[in-house]
Amino acid sequence: MVDRIANIWGTRTPYSRDGLWPVRVDQVLDDGIAEGDVDRWVQSACVLCSNGCACDIAVKDGAMVGIRGRAQDLVNHGRLGPKGLFASRQGVSHKDRLRSPLVRENGQLVECDWDTAMRRIVDRSRDLLAERGPLSHGFYTSGQLFLEEYYALAVIGKAGIGTPHMDGNTRLCTATAAAAMKESFGADGQPGSYTDIDSCDALFLFGHNMAETQTVLWSRVLDRIAGPDRPRIVCVDPRNTEVARHADVHLAIRPGTNLALMHALVREVLAQGWEDAGYVRDHTVGLDGLRKAVEPWTAEAAAAVCGVPAADIRDAARIFGTSDRIVSTVLQGFYQSSQATAASCQVNNLHLLRGMLGAPGRGVLQMNGQPTAQNNRECGADGDLPGFRNWENPDHIQELAGLWNVDPMTIPHWAPPTHAMQIFRYAEQGSIDFLWISATNPAVSMPELPRIRDILAKPDLFLVVQDLYLTETAQYADVVLPAAGWGEKTGTFTNVNRIVHLSDKAVDPPGEARSDLDIFLDYARRMEFTTLNGGPLLDWTGPEDAFEAWKSCSRGRPCDYTGITYDRLRGGSGIPWPCNEDNPNGTDRLYGDGVFPTDPDYCESYGHDLLTGATVGAQAFRAQDAGGRALFKTAPFHPPHEEPDEDYPLRYTTGRTAYHFHTRTKTGRSRPLTDAAPRAWVEVAREDADRLGISEGDLVRVTSRRGRIEVPARVSGIAPGTVFAPFHYGYWDTGGRPGVHPTAANELTLTEWDPVSKQPLFKNAAVTVEKIGDATGPAPAPTTTASRPTAAPGTTPVPATAGGDGAQATETTDTEPAPRFPDASKNALDGGRP
Amino acid sequence: MNLNIYLGMLRQAENTLAESFRQVAEGHGAEPDVHFLCRTLAAQCDRHGELLHPVVQRYGDNSSDNEPERLHAQGLATTRNGPVGLLRDLQDLYLLASLVDVTWTMVKQAGSALRDKDLLAVVDQCDAETATQLRWLQTRMKQAAPQALVAAR
Repeated sequence: MVDRIANIWGTRTPYSRDGLWPVRVDQVLDDGIAEGDVDRWVQSACVLCSNGCACDIAVKDGAMVGIRGRAQDLVNHGRLGPKGLFASRQGVSHKDRLRSPLVRENGQLVECDWDTAMRRIVDRSRDLLAERGPLSHGFYTSGQLFLEEYYALAVIGKAGIGTPHMDGNTRLCTATAAAAMKESFGADGQPGSYTDIDSCDALFLFGHNMAETQTVLWSRVLDRIAGPDRPRIVCVDPRNTEVARHADVHLAIRPGTNLALMHALVREVLAQGWEDAGYVRDHTVGLDGLRKAVEPWTAEAAAAVCGVPAADIRDAARIFGTSDRIVSTVLQGFYQSSQATAASCQVNNLHLLRGMLGAPGRGVLQMNGQPTAQNNRECGADGDLPGFRNWENPDHIQELAGLWNVDPMTIPHWAPPTHAMQIFRYAEQGSIDFLWISATNPAVSMPELPRIRDILAKPDLFLVVQDLYLTETAQYADVVLPAAGWGEKTGTFTNVNRIVHLSDKAVDPPGEARSDLDIFLDYARRMEFTTLNGGPLLDWTGPEDAFEAWKSCSRGRPCDYTGITYDRLRGGSGIPWPCNEDNPNGTDRLYGDGVFPTDPDYCESYGHDLLTGATVGAQAFRAQDAGGRALFKTAPFHPPHEEPDEDYPLRYTTGRTAYHFHTRTKTGRSRPLTDAAPRAWVEVAREDADRLGISEGDLVRVTSRRGRIEVPARVSGIAPGTVFAPFHYGYWDTGGRPGVHPTAANELTLTEWDPVSKQPLFKNAAVTVEKIGDATGPAPAPTTTASRPTAAPGTTPVPATAGGDGAQATETTDTEPAPRFPDASKNALDGGRP
Repeated sequence: MNLNIYLGMLRQAENTLAESFRQVAEGHGAEPDVHFLCRTLAAQCDRHGELLHPVVQRYGDNSSDNEPERLHAQGLATTRNGPVGLLRDLQDLYLLASLVDVTWTMVKQAGSALRDKDLLAVVDQCDAETATQLRWLQTRMKQAAPQALVAAR
């Protein structure tokens, strides 16, 4: 047995370059349950990060009693991370679950039956549509529902009501990944594969603390590092993360300066002549513009802006310029920071310059934050159209109208779909009066919380919240709908490297809770949305109908699901899209042929100016004549709009810890995870702590122009001048409101977003820190992660984070050969192209 | 040679646009994209003025031309409120930027006739940025218009 709180990544199973990552099956069963007691194992995949680890749920007497990783799956080869082991079922099997709908009566939420709740929603919806039209309606969903649910919601919003105001919290986590791929390649679609980790010589992690955000993927990297021919690692992160500890080069740059660094890396690659001239000539457009844009950015110029040595920038560029096989991963350090899309496109540009795409060990992984974010992007319940269709292309709108049998005029396509921050602005201004929030908790997760709370509390805003628990957001609702959670419903979802998994229903939801799909279908039925023939717009009876409908929608598009069935997903590995007649076993990596989806009739977007977000438009896009070649796009560096000054002298950034997910609605209900990271903290560098008279565990007040938090300080290895707070700690378990000592990191963040991806900035603000109370013990921050303490000389060391009896998992190795693409999928067919 | 008349007009128009961008940035602080981008674009206009400086030194800057002003483009003195107010302020910026854009085009024509490579290099950089400013304004206005004109209270 292994303590998987103390040992987040589990036991090493080293392997060498081009080898197969060995199988290690991780398993946890409830106390007193032996394997022989389990009635059945139900196939699923984990929803507590974007990695998409396949698992089986142990069921006994109608309850989930354990979990194990699926050895045969291409994603995780049997492994699970601490969140999957200790919060997947614990996060839903909790006494706090909502069991009945609630409606607000005389200011109080009271229990009611489904008919009462739905009738209230439908009455309000109908009244508003009659009085003020579709633009009065907004939908804010999640990165944690299933594909079938997003697609239902997309059809309701886009073909039933006809509102452009639909987005998900995917805007907060993954919008820039999609935007960067659309700008560079013409459409969304992850170029790389996790199998590229197996074959690479160098691994660049750009603002990606993989060790904590995708712990199982990091295990794969650790196993390469422990092997005979480890890849070189370059880490861009202001914190001393586990990734940084293993890095050959660690660039601890100032928050808000990513693009300056990226310009210098691109410039250095070009200046040294490390680009692949043939690849650039045959497969790209726009090198001259790129060269001109990066010209001023010598390593010295970037070093001055970023606060790292020029020699380190050169070292990183040399590794990029001279390694034979390079994988880059990008996440929130880039996506949630200034000039997010431009910085992330520069990662794509580096790979295009060196032709590092579409071959083993050569790839980009523009990551996602959430397990099903990819499906929201595909299905169009966010700011996209279903099937990666282009809202500026009338033929694509016509296709959708034909598919749904509705008037194309119904489908809002006169402007880009409204992004989340703008939806909340319209709600603030009172032009959106009906807001339906599903499976997300903006009262904790959105920037500048004092403002968000005011919006949610507006008396004339009719707020529907659909969730597992009475979240901070649900407390503002007019109607609360209890949703079924993971393991309580059936559906599919797709991870960050396009692998589609099926999650089967294992147990019944508590009380009267219903699946999100059933709730959406019920609303559609009651609203009597119809096709042009007068038939029901959504005539699906369950998830498999929805999946089949989605397959038609995806046909011929980059995310083609037509070769996948529920049956093919049961028993074997998940299958990576596109899976169709040409690729019957799916597709491990894209763009092996160097042909990109930039054909103007096919592309998902005509692109934007990366500085302003101005749309390029069809005519100008066609004039570029990209025709299957990728686009070098960039923008001039611009310093962050809020920089440290006399009043707010420190840079503030936020993020995750390995032990929690989002606003802890699930992980906060797991004893081992809560014990490991029980309460909020803020990380301060030793130098800053000494200057400010702060010791480990002291209560400090962190203040920005928006608000304050008051939490214990962890003196850590973060870059001096920067402080970090985890964003998980809202108020559902501490009285519901901020109280005397607010803890939510987003009390301090500012309302601003990237001009292209519209992703809000969580990684850059100016703050001041002051001590307001003496320590009563060390800060409640884990010692096993980036928050590990930097002990002052002569002080008592902080006790190491460990899980004890409740955090033991079995790890079984060497049971079977490692899965390999494409044989791992069930009914793998001959003739498939890898 | 009358190029100095157009250089004077251009400098004036860039200056007016810069001031108006700043005005809108300050007046619409609750729209962070408008606020921050208008500040960035104001700085771009300032830079255009600086790049024009050596050209003006060579050709002069005649603001006392004998063609009287018939169309007054004096910039935004104040901003408006609310969703329609935002739309109209952006539309005013669009008109001012259009004036800058077409003036650059005329200066480019003259620069071509003069075979003045230095002037043409300045035009290339600045006019491309002005074109992007126009595209951004149009993008943002198209986004705002349906809500402002149909749904706003």
